[in-house]
Amino acid sequence: MIEKLNMLFVGVGGQGILTASDIAAQVGLDLGLDAKKSEVHGFAQRGGVVESHVRWARSVGSPTCEKGTVDILMSFELLEAARWLDWLKAGGIVLVNRQKLIPMSVSLGDIFYPEEEAILAALREHAGRVVVVDALPLAEEAGNARTVNTVMLAALSALLDTDPQIWETAVLRRVPEKYREVNRVAFRLGREAAA
Amino acid sequence: MKVLLSGNEAIALGAWEAGVQYASAYPGTPSTEILENLARYPGVRAEWGSNEKVALDNAVGASFGGARALAAMKHVGVNVAADSLMSVSYIGVKGGLILVSADDPGAFSSQNEQDNRQYARFGKFPCIDPADSEDARQFVKIAFELSERFETPVMLRSTTRLSHTKSAVEALVPEARSLQPLPPFVRDPSTSRVVLPAIARRRHPEIEQRLIEVAAWSATDGFECGLNRISWGDRSVGVVTTGIAYQYVREVLPGVSILKLGMSYPLPLAAIREFADAVETLVVVEELDGFIEEQIRAAGIEVSHGKDVFPLCGELTLAAVREGAGKAGLLDADGAPATQTATMTPELLSSVTVPPRSPALCPGCPHRAFFYNLRRHKRKAVIAGDIGCYSMGVLPPFEAMDMLISMGASIGMAHGFQRAGGQESAIAVIGDSTFFHSGLGPLASAIYNRARIAVIILDNRITAMTGQQQHPGTGITLQGEHGKEIDIAAVCRAMGVTSVEEVDAWNVDAINKTLRRALDYEDGPAVVVVRGACVFTPYFHLQPRMRVDPAKCVTCGSCFRVGCPAIIKSDEIYPTSGKQKAAIDPLLCTGCTVCMQVCPVQAIAPIE
Repeated sequence: MIEKLNMLFVGVGGQGILTASDIAAQVGLDLGLDAKKSEVHGFAQRGGVVESHVRWARSVGSPTCEKGTVDILMSFELLEAARWLDWLKAGGIVLVNRQKLIPMSVSLGDIFYPEEEAILAALREHAGRVVVVDALPLAEEAGNARTVNTVMLAALSALLDTDPQIWETAVLRRVPEKYREVNRVAFRLGREAAA
Repeated sequence: MKVLLSGNEAIALGAWEAGVQYASAYPGTPSTEILENLARYPGVRAEWGSNEKVALDNAVGASFGGARALAAMKHVGVNVAADSLMSVSYIGVKGGLILVSADDPGAFSSQNEQDNRQYARFGKFPCIDPADSEDARQFVKIAFELSERFETPVMLRSTTRLSHTKSAVEALVPEARSLQPLPPFVRDPSTSRVVLPAIARRRHPEIEQRLIEVAAWSATDGFECGLNRISWGDRSVGVVTTGIAYQYVREVLPGVSILKLGMSYPLPLAAIREFADAVETLVVVEELDGFIEEQIRAAGIEVSHGKDVFPLCGELTLAAVREGAGKAGLLDADGAPATQTATMTPELLSSVTVPPRSPALCPGCPHRAFFYNLRRHKRKAVIAGDIGCYSMGVLPPFEAMDMLISMGASIGMAHGFQRAGGQESAIAVIGDSTFFHSGLGPLASAIYNRARIAVIILDNRITAMTGQQQHPGTGITLQGEHGKEIDIAAVCRAMGVTSVEEVDAWNVDAINKTLRRALDYEDGPAVVVVRGACVFTPYFHLQPRMRVDPAKCVTCGSCFRVGCPAIIKSDEIYPTSGKQKAAIDPLLCTGCTVCMQVCPVQAIAPIE
C-alpha cells in the first residue's frame, strides 16, 4: 500500500499533461489518501515546457515536489525527460513517451535534438528504472491519437502497486460517453506496454 | 465525498455559497478561472469588465445597491483598479465587497511579482490569505461577513500556487437559485456614497478606527471562526506564517508551534504577542515582502528570523524554506535538504545538452504574418508592444519589440517617443482585448496631439493568452449571452483617426503594403487592424496542410523565419549549402499558408 508518492508530469504545452495529472491526483483521493496537484498556466502553454506536480500522502503540505525527491518522473516527450531528470530521486522511476517534439531553438539554430540513445542512457544512469512507451502509435492503434494521455496513465498504473480499476474508472469519468470505448482500449494497450 | 478543486474553483464555490450576486473581472493569469467558474453557478450575474477598474467599479455599484459583490483580477490589475479601491475604502460598502487579488510570486506570467498585501496597508482595508482550496472556500464566506460588519472592502489574496493548485474540498451540489432584484435604493446622508473632500476628511479617522476594530476582531473572533489558527508543537520554536508559505512550513518543520494567520492585515498583534511569549524563538515565514515581519518588529515583538534567512524575491518553495530553516539552525539531521542527498552528478547532467524550449506563436497563429513583416521594418522603426500572445514578438525569430511595460502602454509610449523627437518611425502594437482594456484613452490622446505613429491592432477575436475569454470586440458575454459587439475600426474612425485600414492576418504581402502606408502617413496616427481569428476560436478553420517539396527546397531559411513550430529540419541535406532542408509536421500544420507565401522558390504547397 502506497503511503506517499511524489510524481512530476512533464512535457510540451498542448499534450494534455494537465488533464493527466488531474486524473492522477484524483486517483490519490480514490485510494483514500490526501492529494494535491500544482501547475502553472499561461505562458507555459504556448508550446513551451509544462510541468505538473502530483503528490499523494496521508496529509500533503506543499503542492510542489522538491528537486531530487520525485519518485516517478512521467514525461510525455523524450527530451523533456532529460530536462527534468535532476528532479528525480536517486533510483526513481522514469516513465517516458518516445514521441519527439522539436523545439523552435533546434529548428531556428545550430543546436541539435540529442540522439534518443544518448537521452535514454542518461536516464538509465540516474534512474532505478526507465520505462519507454510508444504512446502515440498505441493511441492511434486504439483509434484516436488524443488518447496518448490514457495510454500514459495506464502505463503509470502498471508501475504502481494500486488497483488498475481505480485508474481506469478515474480516466473514463473524465471522458465523454462516445470516447469511452476507445479510451478503454487505450488503457489496455498502455497497461500491456508497461507490464 | 471529497473532490479536487483549484484555488480559483474554490474561491468561486465559496463566493456562491456566501450568496454572491454580482461579480466582474478582467481576465489575467492566475486569476482568470475564478469568474469562469462563478459564471456557471445559478443565480449569479458574472461578467467580464473591459478592464480591472471597470470590474471593481461594477462590483462597487452592486455593493452600494446592497448585493454581495466580487471583483477578481491579477496582482497588476489591482494597479489599474487602485484609484477606485482607495476611494471605496474611505466611503465604505453596503453589500459585502471582495476584491480577489491573484498575485504571481515567481512572475510566471506577469511583468513583476509585486506583493499586493501592501495595498491593504496602503488602502486601509483587511487582507485575507488562504493556504489551500478549503481555506479559500471558507475564507470567502468570512470575508463577506467581515466586509458587511465593518463596512469595508476586503482583499482576498491568492497566489499562482494557490490559484492553480488542486486540493481536496468537500463536494457540494449547487441548489437552484435565481437572481433576485435588489431592494429599492435608499438615499441616506449618513451613508453617503459620494466621496467629496468634506466627506473624505470626516471618513479618514473613521477608517483608522475601523482598522483598530478589525485587528481586535482578528485577535478574538478571527481565531474562533478558524481564520487564524495556532497548532502547538515544540515550544522552542514558534513560526508565524500565512498563505501558501504555511504548507512549506508544516512540511519542513513538522514539530514546531505554528501561528497560521488567515488575515495578514491588520494583524492581531495582541494574539501574536501572546504566541511570541509562549515560544522561545519566533520565526516569520512569508512569501515575497517581509510584510508581517516588519509589522511584528515595529510592534516591539522580538523576531529571531525572517527575511534574513528566507528569500525576499521569487516564489517560495520547499527547498527555499528548508534552506532558510537550515540557516536559522532549525533543522535536525533528518531535515537536511533533499537536493544534497540526491546523487545527481554534474557529469550526468552534462552528458546530454538539452535545447531550450521557449513558448512560440502557435501554428496558424494570426500574429505570425504581421511579425514576419514587422521584423523587416524594425531597422527604421521603434516598436512599442503590449501585453498578450503578441508579446512573443520579442522572441526569435522576430525580435520585433523594443519596449513593453504594462497593459495599454504601447500607444502612449509610441506617442511620447515620437513627440519627444524620436528619429525613427514609432509603431504601437496592441491586441483587441488590450485595446478595449486601456487603448482607447491613449489613442484619444495621440489623435488630439497629432502624434505621427502607426497603431497596429491585432484583432484575433478573443483574449487569447489567458485562455480564450470574450471581450467587447466579440460581443459575447461571459455567461454566453449576446451582448453588443464593438467594431474596432469604426471606433477609431469615430474618434478621428483619418487613416484606418483593415487587413487579412494571413496575407503577407497585403500586410506589408498596409504597414508601409501606415508608416508613411503624416496626418496624425494611422491605424491598421490586422484581422484573423485565434486558432483556438470556433471561427478558425483548418485548411489543407502544407508540405515542402524536397526537390525544390534550397535551404534559404525563409520559412524558418516565420517562426512556426510546425516547420522543422528534415534529414535531407541540400548539397550546395550543406544545410538541412525544411519539412512540415503534418500533425501541427493548420494550412495557414504563411510559409508558402514567403518561400521564394515555391517549394511549399498544400498536400493534394
